[in-house]
Amino acid sequence: MSSERIIQVERDILGKNDRLAADNRARFRADGVLVFNLVSSPGAGKTSLLVRAVAELKDSFPIGVIEGDQQTSNDAERIRATGVAAIQVNTGKGCHLDAAMVGEAYDRLPWLNGGLLFIENVGNLVCPAAFDLGEACKIVVFSTTEGEDKPLKYPDMFAASSLMLINKIDLAPVLDFDLDRTIEYARRVNPGIEVLTVSARTGEGFSAFYAWIRKRWAKLKQAERTAQG
Amino acid sequence: MHEMALCEGIIGIVEEEARKRAFAKVNVVCLEIGALSHVAPEALKFCFEAVAARTIARGARLEIVETPGTAWCMDCSRSVEIRQRYEPCPSCGGYHLQVTGGEEMRVRELEVD
Repeated sequence: MSSERIIQVERDILGKNDRLAADNRARFRADGVLVFNLVSSPGAGKTSLLVRAVAELKDSFPIGVIEGDQQTSNDAERIRATGVAAIQVNTGKGCHLDAAMVGEAYDRLPWLNGGLLFIENVGNLVCPAAFDLGEACKIVVFSTTEGEDKPLKYPDMFAASSLMLINKIDLAPVLDFDLDRTIEYARRVNPGIEVLTVSARTGEGFSAFYAWIRKRWAKLKQAERTAQG
Repeated sequence: MHEMALCEGIIGIVEEEARKRAFAKVNVVCLEIGALSHVAPEALKFCFEAVAARTIARGARLEIVETPGTAWCMDCSRSVEIRQRYEPCPSCGGYHLQVTGGEEMRVRELEVD
């Protein structure tokens, strides 16, 4: 006699990651930390952008950085050279950071009481889109040296991000880069995505980026006050 | 290769269910994968065999039910079906779409012995 039977399961494949991400989110909330998950293809300039941003924001906020790469601690060392705490996570064969890695890395950072945490994900426009880390939002860094149609080629990542930072804008004239078309494509996959143009090399556009961060931070503090009644 | 991580997630769920509901063999793992989710069913099938090899799910068949992508068109004020995220509204041709369904990646049921 066959004992074959059907079992109803109805569980999310990424349920475990999502539960750990919810734990991270609760810890970030308890510490009053605003967390950004930076994603991009390799070479878009995430680390250069972060080096400038943390150096210029570190007097205003406690800041920590979690760096994700398959190998090497080069990126964390570049961040530490600015005087900001950074933890390197090597994913080995893995193509993305997951919530467990971020939770463990957060344990090793100094207390960021009311500050900012930047998570630099592995350079990859595919896999990191699926893995919630507990961040407030994803920021996708796109550079003018990439094709304008990248938002259409990798729609999941642009759909999952709240802000698109268009980096290397200083190179736009020599590249015949079409800014309007890029924004139009990004908004096809995500009508609500915000867009800022920056150059990590020259510093152009960073004051608008900092204003964006401060606005998010003020909103978080407002929500904390509301929660406290 | 996040398909590997997804397959590990599937196996983790199967193993937990095996402990809870006392079964020793899995014949079929039935998944629900949305058209707008983060994975291609073919890639998942390819990885599953490798990841399942030394687990309770060894030899199990992966059955995938694909669910359609749906979105709310803000201009038409109605729900429409889309196959990709960058597709326009099939009714008005616009891109003011808010995805409402088709992002699922779930284990629906298991056929076990």
